[in-house]
Order: sequence, then C-alpha cells, then structure tokens
Amino acid sequence: MGAVERPRTEVAAPASWDYAPAPEAREIVSFERRYGLFIGGKQVSPKSRTWFSTISPSTEEPLAEVAQAGQKDVALAVDAARDAFRTWSRRKPAERAKVLFRIARVLQERARELAVAESLDGGKPIKESRDVDLPLAAAHFFYYAGWADKLEYAFPGRSPKPLGVAAQIVPWNFPLLMLSWKIAPALACGNTVVLKPAETTPLTALLFADVCRQAEVPPGVVNIVTGDGATGAYLVREKDIDKVAFTGSTEVGKAIQRELAGRDVSLTLELGGKAANIVFDDCALDQAVEGIVNGIYFNQGHVCCAGSRLLVQESIHDQLVRKLKRRMATLRVGDPLDKNTDVGAINSSAQLERISELVQSGVEEGAELYQPPCRLPEKGWWFAPTVFTNVAQSHRIAREEIFGPVLSVLTFRTPDEAVEKANNTMYGLSAGVWTEKGSRILWMADRLRSGVVWGNTFNRFDPSSPFGGYKESGFGREGGRHGLEPYLRFE
Amino acid sequence: MTDRLPVRKTYKLFVGGAFPRSESGRTLEVEGHNVARASRKDARDAVVAARKAVAGWSGATAYNRGQVLYRLAETMETRTDALAAASSGRREVARAIDRVVWYAGWADKLAQVLGSSNPVAGPYFNFTLPEPTGVVAVIAPDEPPLDGLVSRLVPALVGGNAVVAIASDSHPLAAIELAEAVATSDVPAGVVNVLTGLRSELAPVLAGHMDVNAIDVTGADGDRAALEELAAENVKRVVRAKEDQSPWEIASFMELKTVWHPIGR
Repeated sequence: MGAVERPRTEVAAPASWDYAPAPEAREIVSFERRYGLFIGGKQVSPKSRTWFSTISPSTEEPLAEVAQAGQKDVALAVDAARDAFRTWSRRKPAERAKVLFRIARVLQERARELAVAESLDGGKPIKESRDVDLPLAAAHFFYYAGWADKLEYAFPGRSPKPLGVAAQIVPWNFPLLMLSWKIAPALACGNTVVLKPAETTPLTALLFADVCRQAEVPPGVVNIVTGDGATGAYLVREKDIDKVAFTGSTEVGKAIQRELAGRDVSLTLELGGKAANIVFDDCALDQAVEGIVNGIYFNQGHVCCAGSRLLVQESIHDQLVRKLKRRMATLRVGDPLDKNTDVGAINSSAQLERISELVQSGVEEGAELYQPPCRLPEKGWWFAPTVFTNVAQSHRIAREEIFGPVLSVLTFRTPDEAVEKANNTMYGLSAGVWTEKGSRILWMADRLRSGVVWGNTFNRFDPSSPFGGYKESGFGREGGRHGLEPYLRFE
Repeated sequence: MTDRLPVRKTYKLFVGGAFPRSESGRTLEVEGHNVARASRKDARDAVVAARKAVAGWSGATAYNRGQVLYRLAETMETRTDALAAASSGRREVARAIDRVVWYAGWADKLAQVLGSSNPVAGPYFNFTLPEPTGVVAVIAPDEPPLDGLVSRLVPALVGGNAVVAIASDSHPLAAIELAEAVATSDVPAGVVNVLTGLRSELAPVLAGHMDVNAIDVTGADGDRAALEELAAENVKRVVRAKEDQSPWEIASFMELKTVWHPIGR
C-alpha cells in the first residue's frame, strides 16, 4: 500500500474550508424604531428636529433612527446635569457606590443583549463584544463603585471634591466600554455627565440609558446626546461644564485643546497611536505570533493602542513573517454575529476609504503587501487582514495611524535600535515587548516612551490598570486609582 | 581701597551650562543693569540644550537627583547675599532654599507615593510609575522674583525633567543669580536653562515649540489663552500651580507608565 500523498501547504486552514456558521441569536436585542435624547432621566425629542439612521456596517441595514442633538439640546443636557449635580454630589458616598454597583450588575445581567447590539451597530465580532467589551465594561463599574466612598484614601494629604459637570465624548471602536471608562470614574467621584457617543455607534449608549433606569440612577446624573462632530463641538463649547474627557483622533483632540485654551475646564485626552510591537529573537515565537495577530487584528485594528508597527529582530524576520502569514490565513473574516468570526466589518465606509487610501500609499511607496486569500461578504464594509514587509520608517504606513487591520513590519538589530525606532513617532500610547528575558522587558519598558508597555502580551486591559498616552497620544489616565484624579479637584 | 571701583557683573543668559549673550546682541535695561534680551533663536537653542540633557538627568537614580538638588540648596545658601539683593530679601531667599531642600527629599519617594501596583485579573505583575515628561517650559511669575521661579522650576526638575525658564520681565536678576547657583551645583549642563528678556516675545516660541513636552503657564497673565492654543499643536501638557508646594505639583510634570510583566513558571 503506497503512502498517501499529503500535499504540503503554507496555509494551515485554507480559505476554502467551510465552517458551519454559528450565529449568535439576534432576537435577544430589539431596537426601537427611533431614539430621542436621554436628558434628565427621560427620552426627549430633539429641539433640532433632526434625525439620522444608524446602520449595521456588516449589512448596511438601518437599525434605528437617532437624534442629531443641536446646540439647544446640548444646553438642555448640560442644565440637567448641573441640576442633578447639586444632589448627586451631596449624596452619601456609600449610596453613590451602590448605584454604580447596580449598574455593574445590570450590565452583567444584560451582557448578551448588549454584546449583540454592539456587534450589530459597530461590526465587531461577537466573540470580542461578548468576551472583552461587556465583561470589562461591567468590571469597570464594579471597580469604580468601590472607590466612591473611599476617595480620601486615594490621595493622602488632600481633600478630594467632585468637579461638577463632565462632558464626555467617546469613539466608535469600543462604544460601551469607552462609555464605562468615562462614566464610572466620573460618577464615583460625584460628578454628573453629558456623554456623546460616536455618530456611527450610538445604540449601546442609548441602551445604557435603559440600564440607568433599571439601576435607578437619579434623573440628570447621566445624560446622553447623540449626533455627529457638530454635537461634540457644541458640548465642548458649553459654558457650564467643568470637565472634558475625550477619546478619539489626535486631530480632534488638538481642536478640543485649542477650544478650551484659557478656560478653567479640566481636560483629559486619549488620542491616537502607532504602537511598536517589538519581537526579540529569544522570544517564544508561536506565542509572539498570537500576540502580534491579537495586537493588530483585534477589533479589525480599530484600536488606538493597536500594535501596528511590528519591530522584528533581523535574525528571525523571515521565520516570523512566514509563521505570521500562515496564521493570518486562518483568520475568519465575516459576519460579526458568527461566533467563529475573528475579524468583523470595518466600522464605516469613511473608515474603509481611509484604510484603503493608506494601504495604497504603502504599495506606492514600495512596501510589499500580503493578504491571505479570504472571501469578503458582498454587502457591508470589509478589509482583509493585511501585512506589509519591506517597510521603511519614512513610509506613511509606518508613521500614520491607519486604524484598520494593517500591520507594517520593520526590523532592528540591537535593543538600542529597537528603542530608537519604537520611539520614533509623535505618538506614545502603548508598546509590546516579546522576549524570554525578564530583565530585558523591564529595560525596554524603562526606555519606551509610551503610557502602557505589555511584556509578552498585547491589548490587555483591566479596570485597575491605568491607561493613557505620552506625547501626542494625549494626557490623563483612565483606570486604576490614577483614573480618579481627572474627575476631582482638591482643597 | 575706597576709590576701588567694584567689578560689575554682566547679566547674560544661561543655556546648556554656559552663560552666553543673546545671539541677537540685544539687551534691556532692567533694575539698573543691561540684561540680555533673548531672541526666538535663543529660545530654540535652549530647547535643544534641554533636550540633550533629558536622557542623563532622567536616567540618573532618584537618590542621585535628590543629592544634586540638595547641593543646589547648598550653593544657594552660600550666595544668600547676592540672591537677597536681587530679590525681596533674605526672607524670600530662605523660603526658596528651604523649598529646594523640601523638593530634593521627594526625588526618591515619588514613585512610592505617585506609583502603584495594580491587581489585574490575570497572570501579570502590573505596576504604574511616574516618569518625567521631558522638556518643560516654565514661565516664571513676576513676583516674588526668586521664589516665584524656584517654586515652579524645582518641582519640574525633581522628577527628571529639563527646563527652559523664562525669567520675570521686571525682576530678571534673581533668575540669573539663581542660574549661577545652579551652574556651581552638580545639576548637569542643560537641565536648567534661563532666558531673560520679554516674556511676550519668548513665551509663544516655547508654547508652540514641537519639542517641548509641557508648559507651565503660572506666570502668564493676559496671554494664557493664546499660549494654550499654541500648546495644543503638539498636545503639550499645560500646567498651572495649584498648591504652594506638594508632590502633586511634581506629578503635574510627569507621565504615568503602566507595565504588564508576565508571571509564569
């Protein structure tokens, strides 16, 4: 009996393999036809009388209509927050804590519904919204709930007081999680908030309004105004705000900083990134490949701290790239609600355009493009996982934030060169270091100019772990004891 | 002896550990002396000098930085007469010296008070440490001439930053006397740079400079909004004094870095 011919392939699981679909039940979430603004504890129609549709980026199907808050609407929301601040800030801290604990619990109880809503509205794979966004959002409220009545222990020698009304603007990549990062510490410190979700992903914030109802958050403590950038600009320009917290692009962050120049409004910015993921030749290579994939293809690369620049020690470059390409071919791109899906839909057509434009520039500037064979759905917005090799530091794809599933590979020879190249950016949000030498992780961590350094891991988050940028990635920290400070003043 | 003319001092800038005149050749008559009037080019040169000094100063051990700043207090103490003549007097000098000693002692305590280890839900040792932001521009308040500058300069220094300070328009002599104390202490060249001249001319250059990480606008008055607008160009940290002296004043010139270090067999 002759030996069976086994064709060798570079690809572990060819794109032609069919997986039985394992769709998450969509029926668990039902959207209203139309959502008003959430002001003073009630859903109200916008004075602007303007509405827009929010659509699913994976099917282009309209999910609901939401209000475009105008200047008057934003002013009403700020007024409601100001009114509520008087009582909320004086409420017994232990009682404030219990409100936050309740929110955490309701988020856990309604986790599946919210996860499905997140994947529908934003396009991210259900396994991520289910296993990352929702658990972390609930954990964030749980963590800060416990701080509410312990603030005097957080800052020895100082007497902390709430700031007042916080204007909070969150992006579309982690809609509910970023909402939690903003609202949980603000409320724990005794502030009230007006939150503006991103134009393309307003639905989980609007469902959060219902979470507030169930948790009996007092009216006006949390207000949600939907709309586009104009709504955000109105919010920042409001006179009666004490705090602005923004997560989004560096460009808009700078505009907000300019807008607030000379005003006594406390500001924190969490902006863009171009993180270096640095791989040394002594690392556990397969583990590093998993970390690289997670670093850049997690959430379609719509992650401000994504490991979008891979710095590989020259001696292992070829081997690593080979393994990486093989692993990329196993990524399942498609329906966000399918539990098998690794890479979901690009959040919007505008974002897809930006990614395509930058990828085109990479090709034109002479980098070498690789995309695994994969079938992209016909409707919706998609981009195949992409890796560029032969990238120079001067290429746009090595300097500009792409915010998509696109990795640029560069090489280095010595640890000093790795540091030099990693820091050669205007950004400074995060970095990753892969090596089996603990001393080298700490040596590198000491020299990398970024707010977060991951050793032998990437894209890990925890409510107790402060997160935020150096340089043009912004200032202020979210998470941990340090995340309280932006929401307090001291007497 | 009585007809001996005293040798007068030429009040120059302090940049990169040296005392150059302004490259522009300009001076201003202030407080009875011709004081160098720094140009925009001088300001940019000072930023270059400060940037060069950051790695060494921030890389020094905290214990060493504390010792060096304590040494600054010593060199100030021996110059009490000169500093008193250039400021409101001995009481102000004493206050400034004691402030330097107080901050010097913070150098090796900062990480313990401002940092943390964080109990993350996973196999990682996760910790957060304060680190200097880099090059800091300080606009000294007009009054008091010496302690106003010291109270903003020293909290920036103790964490490991390098500073470009703009001296008070009306009382620049104290800043230059202080620079001489700095030059004879063990503070490395370029860690402290002092510009005299017109704040209105110099502050916008530093506020808009792309290689300045933070700007302290405590001494700015009417032009604060304009400076903050310029500062946004590279997302500068904008700092204003909140307390007279406190570790949180140091913290306002610092970044926080969080490291996830793996734990495993």
